Amino acid sequence: MPETRKGFLGWWQNTPADSTAKTLFVAISLCLFCSMVVAAAAVALRPVQEANQVLDKRRNILQVAGLYEEGMDINAVFSSAFEPKIVDLETAEYVEEVPNEAGEPFTVADYDDVAATSDMNLSSELDEDPAGLGRQARYQMVYLLKDDSGALDKVVLPISGYGLWSTLYGFITLEEDTNTVFGLQFYQQAETPGLGAEVDNPRWKALWNDKKLRDDEGDLRINVSKGSPQGEAADYHIDALAGATLTSRGVDNLVRFWMGDAGFAPYLEKLKNGDL
Amino acid sequence: MAQTNKSLLVDPLVDNNPITLQVLGICSALAVTSSLQVAFVMALAVTAVTGFSSMFISTLRNHIPSSIRIIVQMIIIASLVIVVDQVLKAFAYEISKTLSVFVGLIITNCIVMGRAEAFAMKNPPIASFIDGVGNGFGYGLILMMVGVVRELFGSGSLFGITILPTVNNGGWYVPNGLLLLPPSAFFVIGLLIWGFRTWKPAQVEAREYKIQTVEAH
Repeated sequence: MPETRKGFLGWWQNTPADSTAKTLFVAISLCLFCSMVVAAAAVALRPVQEANQVLDKRRNILQVAGLYEEGMDINAVFSSAFEPKIVDLETAEYVEEVPNEAGEPFTVADYDDVAATSDMNLSSELDEDPAGLGRQARYQMVYLLKDDSGALDKVVLPISGYGLWSTLYGFITLEEDTNTVFGLQFYQQAETPGLGAEVDNPRWKALWNDKKLRDDEGDLRINVSKGSPQGEAADYHIDALAGATLTSRGVDNLVRFWMGDAGFAPYLEKLKNGDL
Repeated sequence: MAQTNKSLLVDPLVDNNPITLQVLGICSALAVTSSLQVAFVMALAVTAVTGFSSMFISTLRNHIPSSIRIIVQMIIIASLVIVVDQVLKAFAYEISKTLSVFVGLIITNCIVMGRAEAFAMKNPPIASFIDGVGNGFGYGLILMMVGVVRELFGSGSLFGITILPTVNNGGWYVPNGLLLLPPSAFFVIGLLIWGFRTWKPAQVEAREYKIQTVEAH
């Protein structure tokens, strides 16, 4: 028995583990220690995690605009290729700043339209809600792709909506006429593997290429449904996923919602006419 | 039975496998085995958590009050799981997106608590660490075996590399969609347990009851 030990170590060794004092001491000190470890890990790794999230989103935007190549410097290509803008859906105008209750107004550098959807001040409840969103943020981030002469080449718009099990988040890219689809991609979804999750299948995504949103009268015609219509209807039709009726319906609803009047339609009209 | 460090590490692979013999940790084995890459990362995460939680619990084992024993174990395990989750989010973002909630659920993985209670509370730290790692590997081994079956026949690929070109991608193989859904892992694990017990009859448990034979009158 090391009788010589005095003070705290002596108390630690000689007190039985089941005594009240030691039970309290072990519980409190362990909680304090573990919370410090967890907090330290969370704080130390947060910058890397946030960089990862931004990188993932940018990679998806590059992919949906057809610019992504394996092994490229995502941040460099993204910054040089795209011009990010904040669109106010109510006025269909660009805004430089988004009001922020908590401090400095948001700018294109730090505005997050997905986070804003759950912010009471930046979003409103939807009366008509075919996409199953609940709330819609008033300000949305769009990404303009300009060609060498500075003219608009493509525009990338965020889209989201409920499928069968999950809210799908993605982007749609339109050509400079703001009516022809270049591509569509979801960066976050949890639909049924092998069925609904085939929204990520490159062969299905390729079906969107060259489809038209509206006909010459301006009616929103694009739709995801079963079958393969002939003639001019085929320009607006994307074949639904086999075995994933509800996911396909969800995609149909969300694309029509975001491309419709409650979504980007007024903005796209202005963009096409060069009013911005 | 004298347990050497080697036997602590090797035994849980087949002879005392946490999934097939102890039948622990089934829930996460159902959830994360539809693709091999995810199963592999999950196996590493569980191995790290079981190893280190066993080691820390074993270090404290003589000072853990028995009245709050389980809570103390849970706090240590939960803290480790959160650290693992944060590390994955920082350095393997793609995979952590796929694993999503299941990393957090390592806390509830019975293997971790099972080893803490059964081994780490009674054995020194180094042996506990090796035992935890061994059980993590045993869990990982089964995860990989189930993952091979499910990914190969469910999506026609292994580690994301196409082996059987599927019809959806213009090939000839019609994938078995059931294998991508969690219930299919029940069948695969069941068959594995059957196989293991045929190979090693010692693993078959004694019957808890005896079927009565009734003589004809």
